[in-house]
Amino acid sequence: MARREMPNPMAERTRLATAGAHAAVVGNLGKQPRGDVWRGNLFLALLLLAVVLALIGLIALIVQSALKGAPAFSMDLFTEGPSIVNPETAGFRPAIIGSLYLIAGVVLLIVPLGVGAAVYLEEYADGDRWWNRLIELNIQNLAAVPSIIYGILGLAFFVRGPLSLGFVVAAGSLTLALLVLPTVILAAREAIRAVPPSIRDGSLALGATQWQTIRRQVLPASIPGIVTGVILAVSRALGEAAPLLLVGAATFVTADQPNPFEGGYSAMPVQIYNYALQAQDEFKALAAAGVVVMLVVLLALNSFAIWLRNRYEQQW
Amino acid sequence: MEARSSIEAARAPGGRLDPSRPLVASSPRWGERLIQLSLALCAVISVATTTAIVISLLVPSIGFFGEVSFGDFFSTDDWAPLTADPSFGVLRPVIGTLSVTLWSLMFAIPVGLCSAIYLSEYASPRVRKLVKPILEVLAGVPTVAFGVFAVTFLSPEIGKLFPEFIKTPPFAAGIAGLAVGLLIVPIIASISDDAMKAVPGGLREGAYALGATKLKVATRVVFPAAISGVVASIVLAGSRAVGETMVVLLAAGKTPNLTLDPGASVQTMTAFIGTTATGDVAVGTIAYDTIFAVGALLFVMTFALNIFAIRLVRRFREVYE
Repeated sequence: MARREMPNPMAERTRLATAGAHAAVVGNLGKQPRGDVWRGNLFLALLLLAVVLALIGLIALIVQSALKGAPAFSMDLFTEGPSIVNPETAGFRPAIIGSLYLIAGVVLLIVPLGVGAAVYLEEYADGDRWWNRLIELNIQNLAAVPSIIYGILGLAFFVRGPLSLGFVVAAGSLTLALLVLPTVILAAREAIRAVPPSIRDGSLALGATQWQTIRRQVLPASIPGIVTGVILAVSRALGEAAPLLLVGAATFVTADQPNPFEGGYSAMPVQIYNYALQAQDEFKALAAAGVVVMLVVLLALNSFAIWLRNRYEQQW
Repeated sequence: MEARSSIEAARAPGGRLDPSRPLVASSPRWGERLIQLSLALCAVISVATTTAIVISLLVPSIGFFGEVSFGDFFSTDDWAPLTADPSFGVLRPVIGTLSVTLWSLMFAIPVGLCSAIYLSEYASPRVRKLVKPILEVLAGVPTVAFGVFAVTFLSPEIGKLFPEFIKTPPFAAGIAGLAVGLLIVPIIASISDDAMKAVPGGLREGAYALGATKLKVATRVVFPAAISGVVASIVLAGSRAVGETMVVLLAAGKTPNLTLDPGASVQTMTAFIGTTATGDVAVGTIAYDTIFAVGALLFVMTFALNIFAIRLVRRFREVYE
């Protein structure tokens, strides 16, 4: 190469500099060393394995429930009451009706309370005041309190204690409503926050009061997000069994439940649990069939909620 | 009309706005204030809920500790609260809870974190759009379904593979842990994914410019930068596992063994509350109060974990938004 012929005292330094630059360029822009490629691929394989493992878990759960529950699938599931002696004619009828009652009560409670709290925190509350920060921290913590603790709360305050309702549907509804209220508040706040401030400023500048602005501008614009949050909360309430164990849904109910303030009740997840506890395989099959029914309902609800969120997501 | 008249009132005779008269409402607006007050009451319900939880746990617990000393409760391992000659050393259910939580995290931490790194650093937008909703669905499956899955599928199948593993089939802490682990994977994956997505792209580009490989960028740059969110996700998942009830009721059994062995049956704190409250225990007895004392301990444990996690999440949000 040319530089070898140069009779220059700087030649050695130049050669070294060029070689160094060359090595750096090859190192950065050339092919990666084989070891790095190999390690990178191995890492990617590991990551994919983890994702596949999580997905397999979900698929196995669905497929397995369907296979195990197959022998128990019939209209009896929906028309028959529970039995611990006769699995052939046992079903979920009182449990399904009980769950519908529970959910009706939950929706009645969480929509006004959840939206009201969200509107207050987003539109009125001054986030720097300590009591508003306390409320926020409190809601975040409540969202992560174990569900069975809500069962204890329901037992102490709704079943006995101040309200003394007894082991009735209304106590179950109240308990579940408190359990899912944080979910609704967090979702509704998110939806309200997504409405840009310029909409509010415009409304206020035209002379609307703050409440008029909220009722006519902010709430209509955030309805899809709020409805999504309510549906997700309902599907969570529908699947919860632990708190209901403490507020009375464990009782063995064979008749339909006519009155939310009187008499024992049952709920779908609790009935599944009771069947799964039995030793015979026929009852395990009934439990699996019940899981399939619940999964179908919950997946439909959740998919609808996600679809709704994507469909009506407003671009400002 | 009222709003207009207030503007009229602020007008000087010349027709221009008089700066000395502010544009305030001319009426006190009691209706508006009433609405604000009732909305504030809705928000206060959350604080009332926490207060009610504390009261409902504390009052019976005070009665409980009137008869059982703190020392007996926390430092002995004789646990037979429902027998004629009861003993109340809570160590056994606490160890049971720790055992199930430990085994669930053993599964969920690697699977959840690897899924999060994949989703945030490697997955194409199309794959991401497909996998994320599926993980959300996994989070929406009712816990009783995981319990039935554990006891009708995981337990018999693992029993076939390793005949000696499960001591009292079908109950084992490891089986319950595996099912709980599956249930908390979405928590770890989605919060960690959010934390890693929040790491600014400039950090990644800087690392690539210095010649780092994708593996190094993901593990040495993005992961450490998102560490507070990652830790928060693990703590929240742990809190969820500690409080999980239906899976352990179905799959972990009722024997309060003092062991972390995954093949042994254990009774967790939640399982004790669940079984005792549904059994026939007379109200007002010491056995009945035990439910609340164990519940109070459970609440304190999860409360500490939750507050720790919430603070961590706040920190990573403050840095990168």
